[in-house]
Amino acid sequence: MTTTARHIQAYLLLLPAFVLLVSFTHFPAVASLIESFLSTPKGSRPARFVGLENYRIMIEDPVFWQAMSNNFWFAAITIPASIAISISMAIWVNDKIAGKQFLRMSYFLPTVMPMIAVANIWIFFYTPDYGLINQVLQALGFPGQNFLGDSSLALWSITVVAIWKEAGFFMIFYLAALQTLSPSYREAAQIEGASKWYYFRKIQWPLLMPTTVFVLVNALINAFRMVDHIFVMTNGGPNNASTLLLFYLYEVGFKYWDRGYASALTIVLLLILAVIGLLQFFLLDKRTHYK
Amino acid sequence: MSTFTTISAGSNSSRLDQRSWLETTAAWVLGLLWILPLLYAMWAAFHPAAFATRFDITAPLTMDNFLAAWQAAPFPIYYVNTVLLVTIILFTQLVLCTLAAYAFARYEFFGRNVLFSLVLVQLMVMPEILIVRNYQTLSALGLVDTLVGIGLPYFASAFAIFLLRQTFKTIPQELVEAAQMEGASTLQILRHVYIPLAKPTYLAFALVSISHHWNNFLWPLVVSNSVESRPLTVGLQVFSSSDQGIDWSIITAATLLTAAPLLIGFLIFQRQFVQSFMRAGIK
Repeated sequence: MTTTARHIQAYLLLLPAFVLLVSFTHFPAVASLIESFLSTPKGSRPARFVGLENYRIMIEDPVFWQAMSNNFWFAAITIPASIAISISMAIWVNDKIAGKQFLRMSYFLPTVMPMIAVANIWIFFYTPDYGLINQVLQALGFPGQNFLGDSSLALWSITVVAIWKEAGFFMIFYLAALQTLSPSYREAAQIEGASKWYYFRKIQWPLLMPTTVFVLVNALINAFRMVDHIFVMTNGGPNNASTLLLFYLYEVGFKYWDRGYASALTIVLLLILAVIGLLQFFLLDKRTHYK
Repeated sequence: MSTFTTISAGSNSSRLDQRSWLETTAAWVLGLLWILPLLYAMWAAFHPAAFATRFDITAPLTMDNFLAAWQAAPFPIYYVNTVLLVTIILFTQLVLCTLAAYAFARYEFFGRNVLFSLVLVQLMVMPEILIVRNYQTLSALGLVDTLVGIGLPYFASAFAIFLLRQTFKTIPQELVEAAQMEGASTLQILRHVYIPLAKPTYLAFALVSISHHWNNFLWPLVVSNSVESRPLTVGLQVFSSSDQGIDWSIITAATLLTAAPLLIGFLIFQRQFVQSFMRAGIK
């Protein structure tokens, strides 16, 4: 076959996937940027160029800043907590431990359940008075709490659910990495009489670094797209106390139908993801120096 | 003192193998906490409403909550929708992404690296971030409120292309040359050499894709607005958020109905699930 024919064949193989990929990823990203400079078309009034107006609205919008700060705290807690828990889980079920099969199943279970479904169950744990957590609190003599209705607790309550949902998923990546570690490290540590903590800190943790980078990037992305449970549990309330960026974007786009402003919010999310992308590039790049 | 020496000297296992009771307890506490929501849901769903928050071992078992949920909302239709949706998405993904991955793995062409980076962009920018603009595209195409519309943005999966490309690259060139000697065309080689050898990757991707789309919510919520196109997750949300004072037990029953097929599949094929997710995670 001639080279030209092979070239054409390659492009033909790529064509169907690329048409869809460009239509639903690259085109909408660029279109959102353009539309963020336009007003929202209303009735007979078409969209017109408004410059940075949508961004000015954003800067003056307290709900946007609330969503940003919520999302920051949501990420700041969910990510380290789920990474720490997932490493412990992976180390436990990778070793000999009583009930290993059950533990592995239990840890992984949340991953295969729909967030929307588990959120329904969690609501009940959080319900005032007769919810499970409150029953326990009251039995121990503590006052009951309205976890989802109290604006100082709502964000933390949905954060806990996110950690519970994610840890088992990340455990899988650590488990896979642990299984590829050469047993000779372990033997060497054994001969040296190293403690478990020492072995973890000096051997497992550094060797798991590439996995941690991978998990970290995934956790960062997830922190900006995990919003399903908010629909069920708090609807962003009370008083936007548990609104995250993507949830707010949904509200602006599909409840208030403010397309211009929603496009500007989309651009903010895209910028955040771009920063995460650069971070990944930088971290992965650094990692290769070790090899 | 003497006991300590005998233990450390007499046992073959080193300090690394010793498991303190603290660690085992912690592992179990976590394990129980992680399964607690499911256990609780089962308790509430299989018992009469009066026992939803009262944990009494003598409480009678019942299937009424499931029956009530099944009849209170069009769950049978939602089920069909989800199964169709997941099937359409998986089938299209496998076809489109196999072709694209094959081109990336085995063809030299102008702009290959640039095009591949364009694919990878989707790993960062998932379709749910672009809901506002993608919804406009769907309305322009007249696909709002259809199952195809819900699936469309996911048909070309960067993840599948990436995964299959990696697998295709490991397939030995000798096998390809042998097939070429026998006069196989490029597509025949794909069909008879590459695809059969990539089976574990296909299985891994299929399980990941099925669990992802069975559970997906935000985009289907935006696109579907009638019973005919609503998948289970959106149906459950509509059902449980309607202010008709539905029984807690019925909601948990509906919740379990939504998760059941994946859950049961996972419990039966646990090993395959875990290994598939592992395989998909190792690049």
